[in-house]
Amino acid sequence: MKEILKTHDTFPKLLVRNAETFGDRKVAMREKEFGIWQEYSWKEYHDHVKYFSLGMVSLGLAAGDKVAIIGDNRPEWVWGEVAAQAAGAVPLGLYQDSTLKEVSYIIDHSDASFVLAEDQEQVDKILDMKEQLPKVRYIIYSDPRGMRGYKQPFLLDFKEVENFGRELEQRDPGLFEKNVARTNYEDLAFICYTSGTTGFPKGAMLAFRNFLSMAANLMEVDNKFGKDEFVSFLPLAWIGEQMMCLSSALLTGFTVNFPEKPETVQENIREIGPSIMFSPPRIWENMTSTVQVKVMDASALKRRMYNWALPVGYAYSDAVFRKEAIPPLLRLKQKLAYALVFRALKDRLGLLRIRSASTGGAALGPDVFKFFNAMGVNLKQIYGQTEISGISCIHREGDINFDSVGKPIPETEIRLSDSGEILSRSPSVFLGYYKNPEETEKTLSDGWLHSGDAGYFTKDGHLVVIDRVKDVMHLNDGTRFSPQFIENKLKFSPYIKECVCLGNQRDFIASMICIDYPNVGKWAESRRLSYTTYTDLAAKPEVLELLAKEVEKVNATLPETTRVRKFVPLYKELDADDDELTRTRKVRRAFVGERYKHVIEGMYAGEEAIPIDATIKYQDGKTSRLRTTLTVRNL
Amino acid sequence: MPLLRIDDIHLSFGGVKAINGVSINVERGSIHAIIGPNGAGKTSIFNCISSVYKPQRGAVYFEDRKLTGMKPDHVTHLGIARTFQNIALFHHMTVLDNLMLGRHQFLKRGILAGGIFLGPARTEEIENRKMVEDIIDFLEIENIRKKPVGTLAYGLRKRVELGRALALKPKLLLLDEPMAGMNLEEKEDMARFILDINEEWGVTILLIEHDLGVVMDISHRVSVLDFGVKISEGEPAEVANDPRVIKAYIGEEDDFLREMEAR
Repeated sequence: MKEILKTHDTFPKLLVRNAETFGDRKVAMREKEFGIWQEYSWKEYHDHVKYFSLGMVSLGLAAGDKVAIIGDNRPEWVWGEVAAQAAGAVPLGLYQDSTLKEVSYIIDHSDASFVLAEDQEQVDKILDMKEQLPKVRYIIYSDPRGMRGYKQPFLLDFKEVENFGRELEQRDPGLFEKNVARTNYEDLAFICYTSGTTGFPKGAMLAFRNFLSMAANLMEVDNKFGKDEFVSFLPLAWIGEQMMCLSSALLTGFTVNFPEKPETVQENIREIGPSIMFSPPRIWENMTSTVQVKVMDASALKRRMYNWALPVGYAYSDAVFRKEAIPPLLRLKQKLAYALVFRALKDRLGLLRIRSASTGGAALGPDVFKFFNAMGVNLKQIYGQTEISGISCIHREGDINFDSVGKPIPETEIRLSDSGEILSRSPSVFLGYYKNPEETEKTLSDGWLHSGDAGYFTKDGHLVVIDRVKDVMHLNDGTRFSPQFIENKLKFSPYIKECVCLGNQRDFIASMICIDYPNVGKWAESRRLSYTTYTDLAAKPEVLELLAKEVEKVNATLPETTRVRKFVPLYKELDADDDELTRTRKVRRAFVGERYKHVIEGMYAGEEAIPIDATIKYQDGKTSRLRTTLTVRNL
Repeated sequence: MPLLRIDDIHLSFGGVKAINGVSINVERGSIHAIIGPNGAGKTSIFNCISSVYKPQRGAVYFEDRKLTGMKPDHVTHLGIARTFQNIALFHHMTVLDNLMLGRHQFLKRGILAGGIFLGPARTEEIENRKMVEDIIDFLEIENIRKKPVGTLAYGLRKRVELGRALALKPKLLLLDEPMAGMNLEEKEDMARFILDINEEWGVTILLIEHDLGVVMDISHRVSVLDFGVKISEGEPAEVANDPRVIKAYIGEEDDFLREMEAR
């Protein structure tokens, strides 16, 4: 892979190379539309990028300009990104579910002059804020549905811009090729806005060098091939998706598949049968709880088969990971379990052809991890941050340790600071935050990337990440614990969607729990328990007992001192729209701590019931007042 | 020339006079609403248009052809499709099959050719499927394409029924209470679909609806019926201020009054 980089060291150059090498013979992208997987060859991919890039140039896009992109995963997103880079401009991504406030902050902060918005929904967001965004000159949409009534001159159709590009090509042939040749390994390739668990988003500036060196280094230990299939369903603004859909796909020439709709992802994954997958824990956690719930609904025979097979799978994968010799009987049982249960299960989840699956972005509970490995899905943990282009550590084949995040990838040095913070250095470390020298200085002091994560190395060189340095908590008696570790254990329960553990400078650990609405709902239905809303269901005494059982199960696996002593089920789900989660679904602890302050204080003051009088904001902008009482459960 | 001309129709069942001399002109390209209290004769008018009922007097004309007396399936051939107050779909069939069924009248090949699925029959099937996929994309029901209709939520079934009517490629679409029993979000979606069908696909729409907020927002023209008689007609704002309309609703639907006052 590194050979290619010597001659083709930017995304546009790699695209040109792939178009020359594969032409129309190889599929670069698929998008499901009208019920059919529509294919785009590398040649078509190249042509769309070429004409769109020239089109933007003819509209006045200059080198160094910023192009903001917002929308669901679609080929146009990727074409737009590479087109901007080919023109020497810098693209940046926005999460498609961002609120108006976030969208306008990032567009304004990034100085974007072009905005690529997928459809009417996204265009409306920008039009609403247009007055506060004087720097935006053009808004280009790729889905014309519903746009007939919009007459603003600065609104353009993606295809229209491609036509401008064709005209420019007539007047000035060879301009695109010249522009591409001018792109550089060291050039700024993309600004990746990280949602951050605190404060405003920061724009991490990443060069082609960062992206491509990381992808090439990762491939040395976790190879990808041109024949691989990948399904792209996570936000393209996220570094992980950038790494897969852009750097890795361009480097190896594998096929990227875009689902029809966010709601059809699971079905589409099954149709494609991807061979590589990279997802944050949330996706894997969802799959496990789906399986667990479906099993409860299955016939008695199937249930028994599953309940027999799972421990076999666990025993087998445990033996493999301890690198022990596998007893012949266990080997036989595993074969049988695979034939009877796991194969079908993998097929259902669309994981039958998975060669390499990894999880990253946050910690995945060891139980979920074991679950997939027991099933025969080769799930690996990775570690990294946006600032190091995504990945710095990964489990090696056959050297997987449930608690660790593996070993550093080539050309990556990792050490620990005196306070136990993880520091790293590699060619993939970013250039700095856009227009934020103080933060850059803080993050890159003395030439090392400061992760803010606390960790340690095991004897065999694996890195273990404990938690965010600032999140590691101390009880009043001095016991140190990681709330995330306990939360992940709790979240393995199919009934618990999200939870927040508390206990810093307190006498014991308490937890606020959000129920998994569909799963608990199903459980309630099967017990003929009627309920109306999320709030109502979460407040049922039966549900409280159900949760208590789940928490006790987890407590049994925790040391005496760090067990959860009290919990309360929350009346609503934590939501990114309410700023309680980041766009990548990480809990914003400080914010949640402030918002639910009286619930927390109530629990620690020993109250049995905590009255709630809150205003709930719905997605359509309506608000309603909610009054209820939360019951505290002691354990 | 109006697209649809209802000319002085009278319809009675035994001694009950359901429609007593109603004339309505529906202009090409418009969204026309018929409102009125329960039992005013709105659905009977729809049934007269689709030729399920035969009025005793008067007739309905579509593009100057007399519909009255025609067989109902001939009416659909002319380009009139409808949806029903209580959903009329095949519950055990998938969404896709229900929509494909809407294309049934356009299939020229017989059972045998269709069964063998070769040559022209196959081409025909693919063309029709394309058409149906356009509708699926338009109504945003990709994720339920293969689900049996019986397992879907009410609001979604309504949407599928609309899709089935659209599959007929109608010039005129009759919607009988498209928003009944829907929550606010579903209503907003449905209103958007109706506007899009009208503006993007150029389909003329005649609808019956009880949700007056929706009617006033999306229709170009409103006819008000009461006891089988048209008591008012005009643009939404005119109708809303017509004392006869207000009177027809007094004592029966306070909501209507309040809504009118608010405007």
